[in-house]
Amino acid sequence: MTQLENEIQAVKVELVSMWNLVESQLQKSRAAMLNFDRDLAREIVTKEKRVNAFELKLDRDCEDIFALYCPVAIDLRFLLAVLKINNNLERIGDIAEGIAKYIIEPIKDFDHSLFAKTDLIKMFDDSIKILADGRMAFEKEDTILARSIFKKDEVLDIINQDAIERISECIKENPDLMKDALYVLSIIRKLERVGDQTKNIAEEIIFYIEAKVLKHQQESSKN
Amino acid sequence: MESTIVKSVDYNAYFGDNHVVKNVNIEIPRNNVIAVMGPSGCGKTTFLRGINRMHELIPGATAKGKIMLNNEDVMEMHPIFVRLKIGMVFQRPNPFPNLSIYDNVIAGYKLNGIKLPKAEKDKIVEHSLTRVALWKEVKDSLTKKGSFLSGGQQQRLCIARAVAMEPEVLLFDEPTSALDPISTSTVEELFHELKKNYTLIIVTHNMQQAARVSDRTAFFYMGELVEYDNTKQMFTNPTDIRTQNYITGRFS
Repeated sequence: MTQLENEIQAVKVELVSMWNLVESQLQKSRAAMLNFDRDLAREIVTKEKRVNAFELKLDRDCEDIFALYCPVAIDLRFLLAVLKINNNLERIGDIAEGIAKYIIEPIKDFDHSLFAKTDLIKMFDDSIKILADGRMAFEKEDTILARSIFKKDEVLDIINQDAIERISECIKENPDLMKDALYVLSIIRKLERVGDQTKNIAEEIIFYIEAKVLKHQQESSKN
Repeated sequence: MESTIVKSVDYNAYFGDNHVVKNVNIEIPRNNVIAVMGPSGCGKTTFLRGINRMHELIPGATAKGKIMLNNEDVMEMHPIFVRLKIGMVFQRPNPFPNLSIYDNVIAGYKLNGIKLPKAEKDKIVEHSLTRVALWKEVKDSLTKKGSFLSGGQQQRLCIARAVAMEPEVLLFDEPTSALDPISTSTVEELFHELKKNYTLIIVTHNMQQAARVSDRTAFFYMGELVEYDNTKQMFTNPTDIRTQNYITGRFS
Protein backbone atom coordinates (compact mmCIF):
# COMPACT_ATOMS: atom_id res chain seq x y z
CA MET A 1 0.00 0.00 0.00
CA THR A 2 1.18 3.53 -0.72
CA GLN A 3 1.52 6.02 2.11
CA LEU A 4 -1.55 7.84 0.80
CA GLU A 5 -3.56 4.60 0.93
CA ASN A 6 -2.44 4.11 4.54
CA GLU A 7 -3.51 7.64 5.43
CA ILE A 8 -6.87 7.15 3.75
CA GLN A 9 -7.38 3.84 5.53
CA ALA A 10 -6.63 5.54 8.85
CA VAL A 11 -9.20 8.26 8.10
CA LYS A 12 -11.77 5.58 7.23
CA VAL A 13 -11.16 3.75 10.52
CA GLU A 14 -11.42 7.02 12.43
CA LEU A 15 -14.69 8.00 10.73
CA VAL A 16 -16.20 4.58 11.49
CA SER A 17 -15.20 5.02 15.16
CA MET A 18 -16.95 8.39 15.21
CA TRP A 19 -19.96 6.80 13.51
CA ASN A 20 -20.14 4.08 16.18
CA LEU A 21 -20.01 6.72 18.90
CA VAL A 22 -22.79 8.77 17.29
CA GLU A 23 -24.94 5.65 16.84
CA SER A 24 -24.37 4.81 20.48
CA GLN A 25 -25.32 8.37 21.50
CA LEU A 26 -28.58 8.07 19.58
CA GLN A 27 -29.35 4.63 21.06
CA LYS A 28 -28.67 5.96 24.55
CA SER A 29 -30.90 8.97 23.98
CA ARG A 30 -33.69 6.54 23.05
CA ALA A 31 -33.12 4.52 26.23
CA ALA A 32 -32.85 7.66 28.34
CA MET A 33 -36.12 8.99 26.88
CA LEU A 34 -38.06 5.76 27.43
CA ASN A 35 -36.95 5.49 31.07
CA PHE A 36 -36.45 9.18 31.76
CA ASP A 37 -32.97 8.18 32.85
CA ARG A 38 -31.30 11.44 33.80
CA ASP A 39 -27.92 9.85 34.53
CA LEU A 40 -27.79 8.34 31.08
CA ALA A 41 -28.84 11.69 29.61
CA ARG A 42 -25.98 13.43 31.45
CA GLU A 43 -23.58 10.78 30.09
CA ILE A 44 -24.76 11.63 26.54
CA VAL A 45 -24.11 15.32 27.11
CA THR A 46 -20.62 14.57 28.41
CA LYS A 47 -19.80 12.24 25.52
CA GLU A 48 -20.88 14.84 22.98
CA LYS A 49 -17.48 16.45 23.59
CA ARG A 50 -15.88 13.30 22.21
CA VAL A 51 -18.00 13.57 19.06
CA ASN A 52 -16.78 17.15 18.66
CA ALA A 53 -13.17 16.05 19.17
CA PHE A 54 -13.59 13.42 16.45
CA GLU A 55 -14.92 16.09 14.10
CA LEU A 56 -11.94 18.38 14.68
CA LYS A 57 -9.44 15.54 14.35
CA LEU A 58 -10.94 14.31 11.07
CA ASP A 59 -11.01 17.83 9.65
CA ARG A 60 -7.34 18.25 10.53
CA ASP A 61 -6.34 14.85 9.13
CA CYS A 62 -8.11 15.54 5.83
CA GLU A 63 -6.48 18.96 5.61
CA ASP A 64 -3.05 17.36 6.16
CA ILE A 65 -3.67 14.80 3.43
CA PHE A 66 -4.77 17.51 0.98
CA ALA A 67 -1.65 19.52 1.74
CA LEU A 68 0.84 16.66 1.74
CA TYR A 69 -0.44 14.22 -0.86
CA CYS A 70 -2.53 16.26 -3.33
CA PRO A 71 -5.06 13.43 -3.74
CA VAL A 72 -6.94 13.00 -7.01
CA ALA A 73 -9.80 10.93 -8.46
CA ILE A 74 -11.33 8.43 -6.00
CA ASP A 75 -8.99 9.53 -3.20
CA LEU A 76 -10.05 13.14 -3.66
CA ARG A 77 -13.74 12.18 -3.74
CA PHE A 78 -13.28 10.03 -0.63
CA LEU A 79 -11.77 12.88 1.36
CA LEU A 80 -14.36 15.40 0.17
CA ALA A 81 -17.08 12.92 1.19
CA VAL A 82 -15.44 12.32 4.58
CA LEU A 83 -15.40 16.05 5.33
CA LYS A 84 -19.14 16.27 4.70
CA ILE A 85 -20.06 12.99 6.41
CA ASN A 86 -18.01 14.16 9.39
CA ASN A 87 -20.07 17.33 9.54
CA ASN A 88 -23.35 15.43 9.25
CA LEU A 89 -22.38 12.97 11.97
CA GLU A 90 -21.44 15.80 14.30
CA ARG A 91 -24.90 17.30 13.80
CA ILE A 92 -26.53 13.94 14.57
CA GLY A 93 -24.41 13.94 17.73
CA ASP A 94 -25.85 17.38 18.54
CA ILE A 95 -29.37 15.99 18.03
CA ALA A 96 -28.72 13.14 20.49
CA GLU A 97 -27.39 15.69 22.96
CA GLY A 98 -30.43 17.92 22.38
CA ILE A 99 -32.79 15.05 23.19
CA ALA A 100 -30.73 14.22 26.28
CA LYS A 101 -31.07 17.79 27.53
CA TYR A 102 -34.88 17.49 27.42
CA ILE A 103 -34.58 14.44 29.64
CA ILE A 104 -32.30 16.11 32.19
CA GLU A 105 -35.09 18.57 32.88
CA PRO A 106 -38.21 16.45 32.32
CA ILE A 107 -41.87 17.36 32.55
CA LYS A 108 -43.56 16.20 35.73
CA ASP A 109 -46.05 13.31 35.35
CA PHE A 110 -45.29 12.89 31.66
CA ASP A 111 -47.93 10.87 29.80
CA HIS A 112 -45.99 7.98 28.23
CA SER A 113 -48.95 7.02 26.02
CA LEU A 114 -47.97 9.91 23.75
CA PHE A 115 -44.97 7.88 22.54
CA ALA A 116 -47.22 5.21 21.08
CA LYS A 117 -49.80 7.68 19.74
CA THR A 118 -47.17 9.51 17.70
CA ASP A 119 -45.02 6.58 16.49
CA LEU A 120 -42.07 8.19 18.28
CA ILE A 121 -40.48 4.88 19.24
CA LYS A 122 -40.73 3.59 15.68
CA MET A 123 -39.20 6.83 14.49
CA PHE A 124 -36.32 6.45 16.94
CA ASP A 125 -35.74 2.84 15.85
CA ASP A 126 -35.84 3.76 12.17
CA SER A 127 -33.42 6.66 12.70
CA ILE A 128 -30.94 4.40 14.47
CA LYS A 129 -31.37 1.77 11.76
CA ILE A 130 -30.70 4.09 8.82
CA LEU A 131 -27.71 5.58 10.58
CA ALA A 132 -26.31 2.04 10.96
CA ASP A 133 -27.16 1.31 7.31
CA GLY A 134 -25.18 4.40 6.34
CA ARG A 135 -22.17 3.14 8.27
CA MET A 136 -22.42 -0.30 6.66
CA ALA A 137 -22.76 1.28 3.19
CA PHE A 138 -19.66 3.38 3.87
CA GLU A 139 -17.59 0.51 5.26
CA LYS A 140 -18.55 -1.92 2.48
CA GLU A 141 -18.72 0.71 -0.28
CA ASP A 142 -22.26 -0.54 -0.95
CA THR A 143 -24.18 2.01 -3.03
CA ILE A 144 -27.30 -0.20 -3.16
CA LEU A 145 -27.55 -0.01 0.61
CA ALA A 146 -26.77 3.72 0.46
CA ARG A 147 -29.62 4.24 -2.02
CA SER A 148 -32.02 2.29 0.21
CA ILE A 149 -31.61 5.09 2.78
CA PHE A 150 -33.52 7.50 0.53
CA LYS A 151 -36.64 5.32 0.77
CA LYS A 152 -36.23 4.77 4.51
CA ASP A 153 -35.91 8.50 5.09
CA GLU A 154 -39.30 8.95 3.43
CA VAL A 155 -40.85 6.84 6.23
CA LEU A 156 -39.41 9.26 8.79
CA ASP A 157 -40.77 12.18 6.79
CA ILE A 158 -44.25 10.65 6.81
CA ILE A 159 -44.20 10.09 10.58
CA ASN A 160 -43.04 13.68 10.97
CA GLN A 161 -45.82 14.99 8.74
CA ASP A 162 -48.48 12.93 10.50
CA ALA A 163 -47.20 14.03 13.91
CA ILE A 164 -48.83 17.47 13.74
CA GLU A 165 -52.24 15.92 13.18
CA ARG A 166 -51.75 13.36 15.92
CA ILE A 167 -50.39 15.90 18.38
CA SER A 168 -53.30 18.27 17.63
CA GLU A 169 -55.73 15.43 18.30
CA CYS A 170 -54.04 14.66 21.62
CA ILE A 171 -54.19 18.30 22.68
CA LYS A 172 -57.85 18.57 21.64
CA GLU A 173 -58.70 15.45 23.67
CA ASN A 174 -56.73 16.56 26.69
CA PRO A 175 -55.56 20.20 26.76
CA ASP A 176 -53.61 19.49 29.97
CA LEU A 177 -51.19 17.44 27.83
CA MET A 178 -50.15 20.52 25.83
CA LYS A 179 -46.63 20.60 27.29
CA ASP A 180 -46.11 16.82 26.95
CA ALA A 181 -47.31 16.92 23.35
CA LEU A 182 -45.00 19.74 22.38
CA TYR A 183 -42.13 17.88 24.05
CA VAL A 184 -42.82 14.82 21.90
CA LEU A 185 -43.18 16.97 18.78
CA SER A 186 -39.77 18.53 19.43
CA ILE A 187 -38.14 15.11 19.59
CA ILE A 188 -39.93 14.02 16.41
CA ARG A 189 -38.61 17.12 14.63
CA LYS A 190 -35.08 16.30 15.77
CA LEU A 191 -35.34 12.71 14.59
CA GLU A 192 -36.62 13.88 11.23
CA ARG A 193 -33.35 15.84 10.97
CA VAL A 194 -31.42 12.61 11.68
CA GLY A 195 -33.09 11.16 8.59
CA ASP A 196 -32.12 14.20 6.52
CA GLN A 197 -28.52 14.13 7.74
CA THR A 198 -28.25 10.41 6.99
CA LYS A 199 -29.71 10.99 3.54
CA ASN A 200 -26.98 13.59 2.94
CA ILE A 201 -24.43 11.03 4.09
CA ALA A 202 -25.83 8.47 1.63
CA GLU A 203 -25.44 11.01 -1.18
CA GLU A 204 -21.81 11.52 -0.21
CA ILE A 205 -21.16 7.76 -0.19
CA ILE A 206 -22.55 7.50 -3.72
CA PHE A 207 -20.50 10.53 -4.80
CA TYR A 208 -17.35 8.95 -3.43
CA ILE A 209 -17.88 5.54 -5.00
CA GLU A 210 -19.68 6.34 -8.26
CA ALA A 211 -18.65 9.97 -8.81
CA LYS A 212 -22.33 10.88 -9.15
CA VAL A 213 -23.69 14.06 -7.62
CA LEU A 214 -27.20 13.43 -6.26
CA LYS A 215 -27.57 16.58 -4.19
CA HIS A 216 -30.62 18.71 -4.97
CA GLN A 217 -32.04 16.08 -7.31
CA GLN A 218 -35.56 14.71 -7.39
CA GLU A 219 -35.89 11.63 -5.20
CA SER A 220 -37.08 9.59 -8.20
CA SER A 221 -33.89 10.29 -10.16
CA LYS A 222 -31.54 9.18 -7.38
CA ASN A 223 -31.93 5.44 -7.99
CA MET B 1 -16.14 25.42 -31.47
CA GLU B 2 -12.41 24.70 -31.14
CA SER B 3 -10.74 23.61 -34.36
CA THR B 4 -8.30 20.72 -34.45
CA ILE B 5 -4.70 21.69 -35.15
CA VAL B 6 -2.90 18.36 -34.70
CA LYS B 7 -4.45 14.99 -35.31
CA SER B 8 -2.84 11.58 -35.23
CA VAL B 9 -4.46 8.78 -37.19
CA ASP B 10 -3.44 5.19 -36.41
CA TYR B 11 0.03 6.42 -35.51
CA ASN B 12 2.59 3.73 -34.68
CA ALA B 13 6.27 4.20 -33.85
CA TYR B 14 9.03 1.62 -33.70
CA PHE B 15 12.66 1.34 -32.66
CA GLY B 16 13.73 -1.54 -34.89
CA ASP B 17 11.29 -4.33 -33.97
CA ASN B 18 10.28 -2.67 -30.74
CA HIS B 19 6.74 -1.33 -31.14
CA VAL B 20 6.72 1.66 -28.77
CA VAL B 21 3.67 3.68 -29.85
CA LYS B 22 0.60 1.63 -30.77
CA ASN B 23 -2.16 2.89 -32.97
CA VAL B 24 -2.63 6.28 -31.39
CA ASN B 25 -5.60 8.34 -32.50
CA ILE B 26 -5.88 11.76 -30.94
CA GLU B 27 -7.22 15.18 -31.88
CA ILE B 28 -5.59 18.25 -30.34
CA PRO B 29 -7.60 21.48 -30.35
CA ARG B 30 -5.96 24.79 -31.25
CA ASN B 31 -4.81 27.10 -28.41
CA ASN B 32 -5.10 24.38 -25.82
CA VAL B 33 -2.52 23.00 -23.42
CA ILE B 34 -2.34 19.22 -23.64
CA ALA B 35 -0.52 17.24 -20.96
CA VAL B 36 0.83 13.83 -21.92
CA MET B 37 1.57 11.58 -18.97
CA GLY B 38 2.36 7.97 -18.26
CA PRO B 39 5.00 5.77 -16.65
CA SER B 40 8.55 5.63 -18.00
CA GLY B 41 8.76 3.72 -21.25
CA CYS B 42 5.08 4.18 -22.12
CA GLY B 43 5.86 5.89 -25.43
CA LYS B 44 4.82 9.43 -24.55
CA THR B 45 8.12 11.09 -25.53
CA THR B 46 8.35 8.98 -28.69
CA PHE B 47 4.86 10.09 -29.62
CA LEU B 48 5.79 13.73 -28.92
CA ARG B 49 8.89 13.44 -31.10
CA GLY B 50 6.80 11.87 -33.81
CA ILE B 51 4.61 14.96 -34.03
CA ASN B 52 7.45 17.09 -35.48
CA ARG B 53 9.25 14.20 -37.16
CA MET B 54 12.14 14.09 -34.73
CA HIS B 55 11.52 10.41 -34.07
CA GLU B 56 12.82 9.49 -37.50
CA LEU B 57 16.19 11.13 -36.72
CA ILE B 58 17.09 8.20 -34.47
CA PRO B 59 18.81 5.35 -36.36
CA GLY B 60 16.47 2.36 -36.75
CA ALA B 61 13.38 4.39 -35.81
CA THR B 62 10.35 4.09 -38.06
CA ALA B 63 6.73 5.23 -37.94
CA LYS B 64 3.41 4.33 -39.56
CA GLY B 65 0.12 6.16 -39.69
CA LYS B 66 -0.47 9.87 -40.01
CA ILE B 67 0.24 13.00 -38.05
CA MET B 68 -1.87 15.81 -39.47
CA LEU B 69 -1.08 19.49 -38.95
CA ASN B 70 -4.01 21.65 -40.05
CA ASN B 71 -5.30 18.64 -42.01
CA GLU B 72 -2.02 18.17 -43.87
CA ASP B 73 0.09 15.07 -43.35
CA VAL B 74 3.43 16.11 -41.81
CA MET B 75 5.06 13.05 -43.41
CA GLU B 76 4.46 14.68 -46.77
CA MET B 77 5.99 18.00 -45.71
CA HIS B 78 9.65 18.93 -45.60
CA PRO B 79 10.90 18.00 -42.10
CA ILE B 80 12.51 21.42 -41.62
CA PHE B 81 9.21 23.12 -42.42
CA VAL B 82 7.45 20.79 -39.96
CA ARG B 83 9.91 21.76 -37.21
CA LEU B 84 9.45 25.45 -37.99
CA LYS B 85 5.72 25.04 -37.51
CA ILE B 86 6.06 22.68 -34.54
CA GLY B 87 8.80 23.86 -32.19
CA MET B 88 10.27 21.84 -29.38
CA VAL B 89 11.67 22.54 -25.91
CA PHE B 90 13.60 19.87 -24.07
CA GLN B 91 14.00 18.69 -20.49
CA ARG B 92 17.32 20.42 -19.80
CA PRO B 93 17.69 24.04 -20.85
CA ASN B 94 20.03 23.91 -23.84
CA PRO B 95 20.90 27.41 -25.03
CA PHE B 96 23.88 27.51 -27.36
CA PRO B 97 26.62 28.16 -24.81
CA ASN B 98 28.83 30.20 -27.10
CA LEU B 99 26.06 32.40 -28.45
CA SER B 100 24.77 35.59 -26.85
CA ILE B 101 21.22 35.81 -25.55
CA TYR B 102 20.36 37.80 -28.67
CA ASP B 103 21.88 35.25 -31.03
CA ASN B 104 20.28 32.37 -29.15
CA VAL B 105 16.82 33.81 -29.83
CA ILE B 106 17.41 34.11 -33.57
CA ALA B 107 19.47 30.94 -33.83
CA GLY B 108 16.66 29.20 -35.75
CA TYR B 109 16.88 31.77 -38.52
CA LYS B 110 20.68 31.59 -38.68
CA LEU B 111 20.75 27.78 -38.72
CA ASN B 112 18.19 27.72 -41.52
CA GLY B 113 20.15 30.28 -43.52
CA ILE B 114 17.43 32.91 -43.29
CA LYS B 115 18.98 36.37 -43.45
CA LEU B 116 17.04 39.23 -41.90
CA PRO B 117 17.74 42.97 -41.61
CA LYS B 118 19.03 44.09 -38.17
CA ALA B 119 15.83 45.98 -37.37
CA GLU B 120 13.76 42.88 -38.11
CA LYS B 121 16.02 40.73 -35.93
CA ASP B 122 15.78 43.27 -33.09
CA LYS B 123 12.03 43.16 -33.35
CA ILE B 124 11.94 39.34 -33.27
CA VAL B 125 14.28 39.21 -30.26
CA GLU B 126 12.27 41.73 -28.24
CA HIS B 127 8.95 40.17 -29.24
CA SER B 128 10.08 36.62 -28.43
CA LEU B 129 11.69 37.50 -25.12
CA THR B 130 8.61 39.52 -24.16
CA ARG B 131 6.37 36.55 -24.95
CA VAL B 132 8.34 34.39 -22.51
CA ALA B 133 8.44 37.14 -19.85
CA LEU B 134 12.24 37.43 -20.08
CA TRP B 135 12.64 40.77 -21.87
CA LYS B 136 12.64 42.95 -18.76
CA GLU B 137 15.22 40.69 -17.09
CA VAL B 138 17.72 40.55 -19.99
CA LYS B 139 17.13 43.63 -22.17
CA ASP B 140 20.30 45.27 -20.86
CA SER B 141 22.46 42.17 -21.23
CA LEU B 142 21.52 40.80 -24.65
CA THR B 143 25.16 40.43 -25.63
CA LYS B 144 25.95 38.20 -22.64
CA LYS B 145 26.17 34.46 -23.18
CA GLY B 146 22.93 32.55 -22.68
CA SER B 147 24.72 30.17 -20.34
CA PHE B 148 25.12 32.98 -17.77
CA LEU B 149 21.41 32.94 -17.07
CA SER B 150 19.81 30.91 -14.27
CA GLY B 151 18.27 27.52 -15.12
CA GLY B 152 14.76 28.94 -15.25
CA GLN B 153 15.85 31.87 -17.41
CA GLN B 154 17.75 29.53 -19.73
CA GLN B 155 14.63 27.43 -20.18
CA ARG B 156 12.60 30.55 -20.99
CA LEU B 157 15.34 31.55 -23.45
CA CYS B 158 14.93 28.16 -25.14
CA ILE B 159 11.18 28.74 -25.32
CA ALA B 160 11.88 32.20 -26.79
CA ARG B 161 14.13 30.53 -29.39
CA ALA B 162 11.25 28.25 -30.37
CA VAL B 163 8.73 31.11 -30.30
CA ALA B 164 10.97 33.27 -32.54
CA MET B 165 10.24 30.97 -35.48
CA GLU B 166 6.52 31.77 -35.12
CA PRO B 167 5.42 28.15 -34.80
CA GLU B 168 1.81 27.06 -34.40
CA VAL B 169 2.53 24.26 -31.98
CA LEU B 170 5.11 23.99 -29.20
CA LEU B 171 6.19 20.59 -27.89
CA PHE B 172 7.67 20.38 -24.40
CA ASP B 173 9.46 17.28 -23.11
CA GLU B 174 9.43 17.49 -19.30
CA PRO B 175 10.26 21.19 -19.50
CA THR B 176 10.52 21.87 -15.78
CA SER B 177 12.00 18.66 -14.42
CA ALA B 178 15.43 20.29 -14.12
CA LEU B 179 14.11 23.51 -12.57
CA ASP B 180 13.55 24.64 -8.98
CA PRO B 181 9.95 25.30 -7.77
CA ILE B 182 10.13 29.07 -8.37
CA SER B 183 11.39 28.67 -11.94
CA THR B 184 8.84 25.88 -12.48
CA SER B 185 6.08 28.21 -11.35
CA THR B 186 7.31 30.95 -13.73
CA VAL B 187 7.36 28.54 -16.67
CA GLU B 188 3.90 27.23 -15.74
CA GLU B 189 2.56 30.81 -15.66
CA LEU B 190 4.10 31.23 -19.06
CA PHE B 191 2.11 28.28 -20.45
CA HIS B 192 -1.11 30.16 -19.69
CA GLU B 193 0.16 33.15 -21.66
CA LEU B 194 1.61 31.11 -24.54
CA LYS B 195 -1.59 29.21 -25.19
CA LYS B 196 -3.23 32.44 -26.37
CA ASN B 197 -1.01 32.22 -29.46
CA TYR B 198 0.16 28.62 -29.67
CA THR B 199 -0.97 25.09 -28.98
CA LEU B 200 1.17 23.46 -26.32
CA ILE B 201 1.77 19.73 -25.93
CA ILE B 202 3.65 18.94 -22.74
CA VAL B 203 5.08 15.59 -21.69
CA THR B 204 5.33 15.61 -17.92
CA HIS B 205 5.95 13.20 -15.08
CA ASN B 206 4.62 15.76 -12.67
CA MET B 207 0.93 14.99 -12.35
CA GLN B 208 0.18 18.09 -10.33
CA GLN B 209 1.72 20.11 -13.13
CA ALA B 210 -0.47 18.33 -15.66
CA ALA B 211 -3.49 19.13 -13.50
CA ARG B 212 -2.48 22.77 -13.02
CA VAL B 213 -1.55 23.77 -16.55
CA SER B 214 -3.43 21.67 -19.04
CA ASP B 215 -6.88 21.82 -20.59
CA ARG B 216 -6.81 18.20 -21.68
CA THR B 217 -4.72 15.25 -20.55
CA ALA B 218 -3.62 12.12 -22.39
CA PHE B 219 -2.55 9.02 -20.48
CA PHE B 220 -0.23 6.56 -22.20
CA TYR B 221 0.52 3.05 -20.99
CA MET B 222 2.67 0.45 -22.75
CA GLY B 223 2.54 2.40 -25.98
CA GLU B 224 -1.23 2.80 -26.02
CA LEU B 225 -3.25 5.93 -25.52
CA VAL B 226 -5.41 4.66 -22.68
CA GLU B 227 -7.45 7.78 -21.99
CA TYR B 228 -7.66 11.33 -23.34
CA ASP B 229 -10.11 13.75 -21.81
CA ASN B 230 -10.73 17.08 -20.18
CA THR B 231 -8.11 17.47 -17.43
CA LYS B 232 -10.70 18.09 -14.68
CA GLN B 233 -12.47 14.89 -15.64
CA MET B 234 -9.20 12.92 -15.77
CA PHE B 235 -8.19 14.01 -12.28
CA THR B 236 -11.57 13.70 -10.60
CA ASN B 237 -13.20 10.75 -12.29
CA PRO B 238 -11.09 8.99 -14.92
CA THR B 239 -12.90 6.37 -16.96
CA ASP B 240 -10.17 3.74 -17.21
CA ILE B 241 -9.00 1.92 -14.08
CA ARG B 242 -5.38 2.10 -15.34
CA THR B 243 -5.59 5.89 -15.41
CA GLN B 244 -7.04 5.92 -11.90
CA ASN B 245 -4.33 3.59 -10.60
CA TYR B 246 -1.62 5.74 -12.18
CA ILE B 247 -2.80 9.12 -10.97
CA THR B 248 -3.52 7.84 -7.45
CA GLY B 249 -0.07 6.24 -7.24
CA ARG B 250 -1.39 2.67 -7.06
CA PHE B 251 0.27 1.70 -10.31
CA SER B 252 2.22 -1.53 -10.45
